[in-house]
Amino acid sequence: MNATTTRVTSRDAARLTPAPPPGLLEDSPVFPIAAKRELANSQLRNNLARATETIRTKRAIRVAEVPRWEDLRTAAEAIKNATLRHLDDYLLQAEANLIKAGAHVHWARDAAQADQIVVDLVKASGVDEIVKVKSMVTQEIEMNEALEAAGVAAWETDLAELIVQLGHDRPSHVLVPAIHRNRAEIRDIFVEEMGRYGTPAPDGLTDDPAELTAAARQHLRDKFLRARTSTSGGNFLVADTGTLVVVESEGNGRMCVTLPDTLISVVGIEKVVPTFEDLEVFMQLLPRSSTGERMNPYTSMWTGVTPGDGPQNVHVVLVDNGRTKALADPIGRQALRCIRCSACMNVCPIYGHVGGHAYGSVYPGPIGIILTPQLRGMSAPVDRSLPYASTLCGACVDVCPVKINFPEVIVHLRHKAADLKKADRRPHMETLVMGVVGWLFGRESRYTWVTTASGLVGRVLKAGLDGRQKFFGWLPWPATRWSQARDLPIPASQPFRRQWKKRSSSPGRTPEGLSSHDRDTEVRP
Amino acid sequence: MNARDEILRRIRAGVKDVRRGAPVDVPWRYGQPTPMVDVVGRFVERVEDYKARVERVATPDDVPAMVVTVLADAGVTSVVVPTGVEDTWRQAVAAAGMRVVVDDPPVGKAELNEIGAVVTTASVGVAETGTLVLSHGPGQGRRVLTLLPDVHACVIRADDVVSDVPEAIARLRPAIDERRPLTWISGGSATSDIELARVEGVHGPRTLLVIVVG
Ligand code: SF4
Repeated sequence: MNATTTRVTSRDAARLTPAPPPGLLEDSPVFPIAAKRELANSQLRNNLARATETIRTKRAIRVAEVPRWEDLRTAAEAIKNATLRHLDDYLLQAEANLIKAGAHVHWARDAAQADQIVVDLVKASGVDEIVKVKSMVTQEIEMNEALEAAGVAAWETDLAELIVQLGHDRPSHVLVPAIHRNRAEIRDIFVEEMGRYGTPAPDGLTDDPAELTAAARQHLRDKFLRARTSTSGGNFLVADTGTLVVVESEGNGRMCVTLPDTLISVVGIEKVVPTFEDLEVFMQLLPRSSTGERMNPYTSMWTGVTPGDGPQNVHVVLVDNGRTKALADPIGRQALRCIRCSACMNVCPIYGHVGGHAYGSVYPGPIGIILTPQLRGMSAPVDRSLPYASTLCGACVDVCPVKINFPEVIVHLRHKAADLKKADRRPHMETLVMGVVGWLFGRESRYTWVTTASGLVGRVLKAGLDGRQKFFGWLPWPATRWSQARDLPIPASQPFRRQWKKRSSSPGRTPEGLSSHDRDTEVRP
Repeated sequence: MNARDEILRRIRAGVKDVRRGAPVDVPWRYGQPTPMVDVVGRFVERVEDYKARVERVATPDDVPAMVVTVLADAGVTSVVVPTGVEDTWRQAVAAAGMRVVVDDPPVGKAELNEIGAVVTTASVGVAETGTLVLSHGPGQGRRVLTLLPDVHACVIRADDVVSDVPEAIARLRPAIDERRPLTWISGGSATSDIELARVEGVHGPRTLLVIVVG
C-alpha cells in the first residue's frame, strides 16, 4: 500500500469520516493477483516480517507457561462444538436473559439487515455521530459506511483502527489492523488528517510510538466525552446470564461501553457460550494466543442495563450473515469455533509475505481463507481463490486455541471450488489435464507407455543440458500460468518402476519385509 | 418469516446431522486451583510485570497511610472515591492536602476527566495473570470512576487473591448473578499497535497502584 495521506478527493469533502478505498471487498482481484501486487511492496514485507516474528515469540513464551495448555484447547474445542449443535437453544437462552436484564435484542439475517437495525437505533438515539470499539463483525457488515450514508459519523477508537480510518485504508490484520504501517507513515497520517476530523495532532509530532499514542489519546478524548451513542462487538455472549464480554487493551472499549447513554452491540450468532464458567477456559486461551500476554489489560463484562452505571439504553444485534450456511456444512462448520485471536495469521508463511490486503476479506490469513468463502458463498472469483492461499503446512493447526483442522477445511473448500468450476461447463485447462492424466494412468499399458516416453524425454534433455539443470523454468502456453509459481522437474531418464525391478532382481538386494503385493503395485482402473 | 424465526430455522436445519449424536463430552473440571506455593507472592510479581506499583501492608490499619504515600508519589492533587470506601482512607487523603470528591451525588464525566486519581477496592485478584477484578459494588463504584482519572489506586485483601482464572470465575459467579458489571484490569492501559512496540497508557488510567492488605 502506498502512502495515501495526501489523498483528499472531492468525495471526502462531502463526507463526515475519511473515505475508505473505493469498491467492495468481494470484488477484489483473485488472491494470486492481489498477492503479487502486495509482494511488490518491500516496506510492507519488512513491517510484516518484524511484527509477526515479535508476536509469535511472545505467544510461544506465554503458552509455554501453562502446563495444561493442550487440555485447555481440547476443552475449548469441545465447548464450542457442543454449543454449535444446540446454537438455537443457547441463543434463545441468551435472548431471554438479556431481555430480563433490560436489554433489547434484535436479529439480522444478513449485513444489510444488521446495518439497517443499527442505523435505525442510532437515529432513534438522536445523534449524528457515534464512537465504536473495534469489532470484526461491524467490519464484515461494513457498518461504518452504512452509517455514513445515513448521515452519521462512526469514529474508530482503537489506535490501529484510527490509523486505518484516518489513512483512508483497510485493516490488514485481525488484532493489529495497522500492522502494514510503520511509525513514519503513521506520523504523516496523524499530522495530515487528525485536524480535519477533530482535535489536531500536536505541533512537532515525531514518529515516536509513545508520542503518536499520546496524540491519539488527545484526539479521541473529546469524542469519548461527548459521545451519547456507541457500538461494540462482543468476544463472548454468555447464554446462562446474558452477559457480554469485550476483551481489549487500550481502554477505548471501556470508554465505549461505559460513557454513552445508548450502547449497541453487534454480535455474530456463533459468539455464544453456554455458561459463565466456560469463560475460565477462553479467558486463559485468548490473551495468550492473541497478544501473547498472560492477560489483556482490560476486559469488560456487562449484563444488560446496570441501573445508575453506564448506558441505560442497551441493544444487542445478533447477526447471521452466512454463519448458518457454514453451520450446515459438516466439515466447514468448525470455522465457527474461531475466537478471532489471530494466532493463525501470525504463523502463516503466506500471510507473513503478502499481508492482509491480498485476501479481499476482513478476515485474512488461515481463518480468512476458510471462513470468508463460507460466509459470502463462493460466487465471487476472489472467494473461490481463497482456499488455494495455503501451502497446507499446518502451522496454524498447532497454534489455534480451538483446534480448527485447517487443512481438512481447506481441501474440502478446494473440492467445492473445483466442483463449481465443473458446474459452469466451460472447459478449464486444469480439468482437461486431470481428465487426460486420469485416462493415461487408468491402465497399466498406458501408464508404462507414459513412463517410457517421459524417460526418453528425460534422457534427451539431460544429454542436451549436461545433466546440470534439474528443473524446467518457464513453460509455454497453456502451462505458462501454472509454471509461474512452480518448478517442474526434468523427468528421470529411468522410470522408478524399472529401476526398482533392476534392483530387486539383483541377488541379495530384495528389501526385507516387503510382501509380493507391495512390490507388484498395480494401477487398477 | 421474521429474521429471528428464519435464523433459528436455518440453525435447526443445519445441525440436523449432529443433533441426536452422543452428547459432547467437555473434558474439563471447572473451578480448579492452579497449584502454586505462594499465591499472594505470585500475584505481586505478576502485577509488577505490568509495570504497576505494588505495595504490601500487614493490617487494614496500615492502608490509609499507604494510600497517601502512593498517591503523593504519583503527584496526585485531586482524588475521587466511590461510596463505601473506608472513611479513614478518605480522611487521610484529605489530611495530606489532596482534594477529595465523593461520588455521591454522581460526578459528571467532564469533572471526572479533570480529577487526578481514583481510590477503590477490588473483589478478586488473580495471581497467575496479575489481574484485579472489580465488580463495582460498594467501595468500587460506577465503572466510569476507574476509567477517566489517570491514576488508579486499588486496595485488595490478600484473602481475595486466588491462584488463577478458574477460581476467580467461581468467586465472581454471585456478582454476575446479581447482574453486576465486571471490569478485569491487568496493568495500565497499553497498546502495541505501532510496530508492535508496547506503549503504556492509551485511554484508561496510565498509572496503576496496588496495595495488598494482609
Ligand atoms: S482460527 Fe484459531 S488461530 Fe485463527 S484466529 Fe480463529 S481461533 Fe485464532
